[in-house]
Amino acid sequence: MTPIFGPAANLVSKLVLLALGGSLVVLLLVGWIGPSTEWASRVGYPVEQPVPFSHKHHVGGLGLDCRFCHTTVETSATAGMPPTHTCMTCHSQLWTNAQMLAPVRQSLADDKPIQWTRVNRLPDYVYFNHSIHVAKGIGCETCHGNVAQMPLMEKAHTLRMGWCVDCHRDPRPNLRPKSAEFAMGWHPTAETPSGDELFKQEHIHTAQELTDCSVCHR
Amino acid sequence: MSRRFWWRSFAERADDPDYLAAIAHEFPEPHGEGGVDRRRFLQLVAASAALAGLDGCSSLPPEHIVPRVEPLAGEEAGVPRYVATALVQEGYATGAILQHRMGRPVKLEGNPDHPASLGAADATLQAAILDLYDPERSAAVLNSGRVVDWNKLTLLLAGKRTDWAKTGGAGLRILTGRMTSPTLAAQLAALLKQYPGAAWHQWEPMSRDAVAGGANLAFGKPVEALPQFDKADIVLAIESDAISSAPGHLAYARAFAERRRAAETGQGKMSRVYAIEATPTLIGASADHRFALKPAEIETTLRAIAAAVGAGPNEWQDGDRPHWVDAVVADLSTHKGVALVHAGAEQSSTIHSLAHAINAALSAPVRYIEPVAVGAADIKSLAAEMHAGKVDTLLILGGNPAYDAPADLGFVEALKRVKLSIQLATHADETAAVAAYHVPALHPFEDWGDGRAFDGTAAIVQPQIRPLVPGHSAAEMIALLAGAQTLDPRKQVIDHWRQTTPGDFDTVWAGWLRRGVIPNTAAGAASVSLRGDFAASLPKPAAAPGLTVLIRPDPFLRDGAQANNGWLQELPRPLTRLVWDNAALIAPATAKRLELGPEDVVEIASAGGAKVRVPALVAPGQAEDCVTLSLGFGRTAIGAVGRDVGVDVGRLRRAGALWQTGATLHPTGEHATLATTQHQQNMAGRDMVRTRPLTAAEDKHETVEASLYPRHPYDGNAWGMTISLSSCIGCGACTAACQAENNIPVVGREEVMRERAMHWIRVDRYWGGTPDAPEIAFQPVPCMHCEDAPCEVVCPVGATTHDSDGLNVMVYNRCVGTRFCSNNCPYKVRRFNFYGYSGNDPRPAMSWNPDVTVRGRGVMEKCTYCIQRIREAKIAADRDDRPIRDGEIVTACQQACPTQAIVFGDINDPKSAVSTRKATPLDYALLEELNTRPRTTYAARVTNRNPAIAEG
Repeated sequence: MTPIFGPAANLVSKLVLLALGGSLVVLLLVGWIGPSTEWASRVGYPVEQPVPFSHKHHVGGLGLDCRFCHTTVETSATAGMPPTHTCMTCHSQLWTNAQMLAPVRQSLADDKPIQWTRVNRLPDYVYFNHSIHVAKGIGCETCHGNVAQMPLMEKAHTLRMGWCVDCHRDPRPNLRPKSAEFAMGWHPTAETPSGDELFKQEHIHTAQELTDCSVCHR
Repeated sequence: MSRRFWWRSFAERADDPDYLAAIAHEFPEPHGEGGVDRRRFLQLVAASAALAGLDGCSSLPPEHIVPRVEPLAGEEAGVPRYVATALVQEGYATGAILQHRMGRPVKLEGNPDHPASLGAADATLQAAILDLYDPERSAAVLNSGRVVDWNKLTLLLAGKRTDWAKTGGAGLRILTGRMTSPTLAAQLAALLKQYPGAAWHQWEPMSRDAVAGGANLAFGKPVEALPQFDKADIVLAIESDAISSAPGHLAYARAFAERRRAAETGQGKMSRVYAIEATPTLIGASADHRFALKPAEIETTLRAIAAAVGAGPNEWQDGDRPHWVDAVVADLSTHKGVALVHAGAEQSSTIHSLAHAINAALSAPVRYIEPVAVGAADIKSLAAEMHAGKVDTLLILGGNPAYDAPADLGFVEALKRVKLSIQLATHADETAAVAAYHVPALHPFEDWGDGRAFDGTAAIVQPQIRPLVPGHSAAEMIALLAGAQTLDPRKQVIDHWRQTTPGDFDTVWAGWLRRGVIPNTAAGAASVSLRGDFAASLPKPAAAPGLTVLIRPDPFLRDGAQANNGWLQELPRPLTRLVWDNAALIAPATAKRLELGPEDVVEIASAGGAKVRVPALVAPGQAEDCVTLSLGFGRTAIGAVGRDVGVDVGRLRRAGALWQTGATLHPTGEHATLATTQHQQNMAGRDMVRTRPLTAAEDKHETVEASLYPRHPYDGNAWGMTISLSSCIGCGACTAACQAENNIPVVGREEVMRERAMHWIRVDRYWGGTPDAPEIAFQPVPCMHCEDAPCEVVCPVGATTHDSDGLNVMVYNRCVGTRFCSNNCPYKVRRFNFYGYSGNDPRPAMSWNPDVTVRGRGVMEKCTYCIQRIREAKIAADRDDRPIRDGEIVTACQQACPTQAIVFGDINDPKSAVSTRKATPLDYALLEELNTRPRTTYAARVTNRNPAIAEG
């Protein structure tokens, strides 16, 4: 009587077991690392918009201040998106026939708002407040990246909780003097006060207070 | 401190073994334990794990940011705006301030500048915001139930106007509720001038006719009496609604409570309150002495008191009377000028007139003013004309007479005889089903208007949002009948006030809108003198029927107009803790005599022949042989929330006897289950509510605090709360405010019966002493924010932890739903989302508070001390680099509370309001023996009993 399993079966069964174990490890690694990848968190992927608004042109080229459009960044939780009216302050005079700006003109004519696609998105259970970050010396660039180099807006950081908490544990490396908060491509110089000095000057709370759950979750 | 035995249900009082066994179950009936075997359980676990894994693979759909086209002046994205208005309820206006988020109102708060609010807001007022967003509001003009164009009606009325011009408006009738709106009253007066043959009638289901009748009997004119509780050392309340529902009750409750917590604040002298009533009221629950008497006995007792203080003939003192009357009389007569009597709106004219006479004899602190409401003909004469076929066109402005008119008027039949009946209402209700035309009404938050408060102060009602449904307004309807050039309600209001205001109108108008009050419009004082023949003119007391049915408004639904409001349906009634139901309240002794078991269905037949079948609820403190039924239930035509909830007892009402009737009662043998929240937890004899006599209010209270561990330091802010049990009147405004602020879902009747109500702050009601004459106490219980929190140590995922301010915070996104925390919470203040209650709620997404997470299924939640408000204030203070000021953070419950029973603040600041209140010797922690060190503490309830009256 011939055996059901030939000698090769030993090898096959070992390989199968190895492959199973291996795939489990791979699966765990993918699950662990996958979400942090730039691909998964969409860092560096430009987002298509109804109007291809270029921060590179408006901020980098023309030198518009962030607050020209994002008016409530110093007083409110949200930075604020400009109403069509803001676009038309200039574009009723400049590039009045540009095809690219047709949706803006249409919005004003129809009294229908432009629907921008959100780039930097937090989950609903996270309550981020722009005003307090700006008040305490966190520059726009720290989270949003150097938008003066972005023809189309893209995410600069993962915005995952670990990334937020890194700074909340020690904000010193990211603090800027008030004069440099809205600057892009800024680097500290020899005259710049140190992170420690800024930390004391702004009366920033301790790491324990800044990492309270209730700071962001309500 | 003497301990009193407090109990919450009869079963608990008797330590009923069935009850003890029932509450020992983790999952009470009807849910039950078990039912799933091990194999099935594992299958479900595997399936849900697989589905959860698949769910994680999907990427989020893109989200849009939608800015405005043109900026709105003064609006900052993400920053709330506050806009004043007034809400007219039962005719009287109460000032409100609405919080707007990006152009949509999300929360109603009281207007501190308005005399009827003083910053507080009751449950019905706060729930109005949910009515605005009710997806079942009527949205189309209906003609016999079919949708028609609005123009069809306007054309029809244009033809009618031509006829009326010839006939002088013969056959035109207008029916409104109680009317304090100067604009509408002026419009109606002008209309009646234009059409002399027309007539204006009023029907207000929450009638105050007896109040006016009492003033007529006593003074010969219908003046209104405003009790001044701030000046009253002695209060005698005759089933009084002064602090629960009378016009101005929020202001009265404020003044009342300030005198009740005098021992706590050290300001002024504590008042002494006597209550005489057939069915328990909120003021009765707060009273030092509460006497349950039958309605007929109330009248004879009041006559005896009147005679004893010199306000009536001596023969009124003849006959038997309760032993305590002499002591009450002595107390009243030695407090001339600082003692007052107040009777509830449901009491007879005779009782009101007796109260006036006693007040006059005592020179009581009562302010008399000319009537605020504008009168008109009554509904009885209207119904008679309708039956006689004399009414050609009837315009019903608000109101639902087909449901709530007295049954003996046969209003539905009468309405069918009217050729053209037009009803303006927010829902296609019972009246809409009979009327020829139904016109959808604008919600008061979408409409222009005005109204007067209880003291006559006028306020403008201004729209908060563009109409969510294509509705119409009352001013517009009257203008349409008059054939006015413009129908715009705003124009009607402005034109009226422009005529009566001297000076630069546009400036003052802007000021009125901003402040929400029109200054110097309070009604003038009325001079009154008791009629000489007052005593002789009183009708003879009627013979007492065997069984009296008291028909009373539901505390929250009132006349039932707000029956489609889930918040109000699910808010436990202060004294019965009933939700989603009404019941026949029966005294324990009467129930025993009739051999009624709990929740047996009884049939009640009134003397008028109407019958209702209602489940009985044995109610301690109810007078014997009195059955209390509440109005506002049993709606048949309204949205899905309010339809067929409870029993319509309004059909027992007759035009001459709105509030009480003789009746017979038979058990039907049927049994019903009532949804209550009262007996779902057991106290096991623990010392929850503490009371002290006024004489011992200053005694020191021993606290034992033992721990092997050093206390955790809180160096920054340490938030804490204190709740004054002497001030709490049990009204439920805090629960409603919390529900609105914190996006708390409505769970429905079945889920409440499974003990899954979600309210973060519950108001526990306790009975003390015997069931026949119980003492009643209320205790609001939010999360205690224990410094050594038992919930935190058992959470396997760290979803509930402490923050640096000492708050016990709940992180919804971490919670995996083990419910260990809730099991380990000694105060039972944690609530679990057994289902996705919020997700299934049909209310539009725009109506939720954007500052608070809307919790999903499987997540634990609880009171956060309104962490969103704390964080907002903290950010504002940090931005300006300053400390948070005392009183800068106001929790939602604290803000709504009419009696200021709740105080919140920083306990590290010895000068803060909360520290001052906690410094009183009355301060105690709930279950302090557990060493949880709660941040929420209570000030023991102080009673000021008359030593001359033995404890009953």
